[in-house]
Amino acid sequence: MAEMLEVSRLSKRFGGLVAVNNISFSVREKEILSVIGPNGAGKSTLFKLISSFLRPTTGEVRLKGERISGMAPHIAARKGVVRTFQETTIFKNMSVRDNVVIAHHLRSKASLLGFFLGTGAAKADEVAFGASADEILALLGLSSLANETARNLPHGHLRALGIAIGLATDPSILLLDEPFAGMNHDETMRMVAMVRRLRDLGLTILLVEHDMPAVMKISDRIVVLNFGQKIAEGTPSEIQANEKVIEAYLGSEDEAIGL
Amino acid sequence: MTRNRNMKIASVAAFLAIVFIAVPAAISASGRFDLYYTLTSVALLSIASAGVWLTFYIGRINIGQGAYALMGGYVSAILVMNYGWSFWLTLPVAGLFCAAASVLIGLPILRLRGVYFAMVTLVLTEVARLLALALPITNGAKGIVSIPLPGALSVFGLIIIPDFATLQNSRLAFYLLAVTLMVVCFGVMYRLVNSRIGKLCQSLQQNEELASSIGVNIAYLRIIAYAVSSFFGGVAGAIFAAISQSIYPSSFTVTDSVNFMLNCFLGGLGYVFGPMLGTLVLYFGWDLLFQTGQFQLLIYSGLMIVLMLVLPNGLLSLAASIRKKA
Repeated sequence: MAEMLEVSRLSKRFGGLVAVNNISFSVREKEILSVIGPNGAGKSTLFKLISSFLRPTTGEVRLKGERISGMAPHIAARKGVVRTFQETTIFKNMSVRDNVVIAHHLRSKASLLGFFLGTGAAKADEVAFGASADEILALLGLSSLANETARNLPHGHLRALGIAIGLATDPSILLLDEPFAGMNHDETMRMVAMVRRLRDLGLTILLVEHDMPAVMKISDRIVVLNFGQKIAEGTPSEIQANEKVIEAYLGSEDEAIGL
Repeated sequence: MTRNRNMKIASVAAFLAIVFIAVPAAISASGRFDLYYTLTSVALLSIASAGVWLTFYIGRINIGQGAYALMGGYVSAILVMNYGWSFWLTLPVAGLFCAAASVLIGLPILRLRGVYFAMVTLVLTEVARLLALALPITNGAKGIVSIPLPGALSVFGLIIIPDFATLQNSRLAFYLLAVTLMVVCFGVMYRLVNSRIGKLCQSLQQNEELASSIGVNIAYLRIIAYAVSSFFGGVAGAIFAAISQSIYPSSFTVTDSVNFMLNCFLGGLGYVFGPMLGTLVLYFGWDLLFQTGQFQLLIYSGLMIVLMLVLPNGLLSLAASIRKKA
């Protein structure tokens, strides 16, 4: 399988602290790759580096061979690397549907001036975005809530809306920041099924997550970080048998990785 | 859908009939010609306030519109007095000058959010006043006076607007000018807000990080909105200078900047026409309270506080909630 995203020798220093140290791995097309690690392992920093919300100190990130690290986040999004947020980050005062419609912005063919003047291209965009938004909402089971103001949604639906916003940008690779955090077992299983469905539709997914059972269930491959360094990479069963990983999680969380 | 559209057309027509026909008719019937000046001021102040409203719409508290009004006034006055330009040419030039200046100023300061942006813009008005005092071209504290009234505007020999100095009633002419510009300005604002640009601005207001993650060039959009805002400020300032035929460093001060912002608050930050209503109510409200003498400011500020507590979304939220009930 072809490589979608390539992280090579990526490092990030904050003053004296090395949050991410010389990490390399790659994400293949149409796979679900999870990044796990104990608290403070550098997962979030890595996530921000890949989505260009942070500039790497050294190293680079390439999407289909094209360098994307060190650019502004909206440029990275244009190239096809789109992230969701850990917190329930949505446009709170817009309707659910408007949230998804506006997220189609990247696909718009009309310019700002075109939108102001209401040109044909702008009108065509509006119609196409509306139709696509309805499709995405249906896919994520949000159709019945389309006209609800986003801030009134319950927790689980908010997370789904976050993913809907990400999908609307038509990404090459979708980065999910702790998609299962704060969810109960049923919600988690539903989310796992949903993410797999997205992968089956042809999306490449990279996720950062704490919830071990969910990660083991969902991932094609797993990258494990500890103290800013990559300590293991492999399939879920390889990771479960890896001594370094067991050591990193030893005592407190061995049950959590399914041993 | 069509009914909604017909309603809109009807209310726009009614509004135009009121400001262009009913108001002048009522004034000439009652003989209160001083009201022209008051209403002209309201129209111009509402244009400047509309600019402030637009910066609110992208999530920035702008207390610096006075700086651009002052700048616009001086640009127009200097071009007319020193270079003999026609006022009509200086009007767009003043707006564009302010827009260009706001791009330079906005590039660094629009990164700031919340109270930090507000503080910097507050200082901006004071900086503009001090610059006007210090620069040789602005003639310091003496200001620029005896600016001639706007001359005739003709295109291909056809006179569109007559020379204001030859008119018997230049007050009416200024009123019509100001109201026309106000209508155009709010038309532009309405279109902006109801097109995708409005939605993009809202996305900035509600979450800049998420906006940039879906590919919105937030820095660019902020600059555009701020430039449009300052353009309005500059145009309003230029006409003020033409009406009063003078401009001083104290023509627009921090108080004016604060008032522009209050107009938006009072009318409603969620409604395009909020600043227009807010300016009208605030301007006349202040004048009506004149009779209370030394208590004027006390009552005025007390009322403002109460209004903001009771109606945090502005006066127009009243109309919206009535419509919802009906």
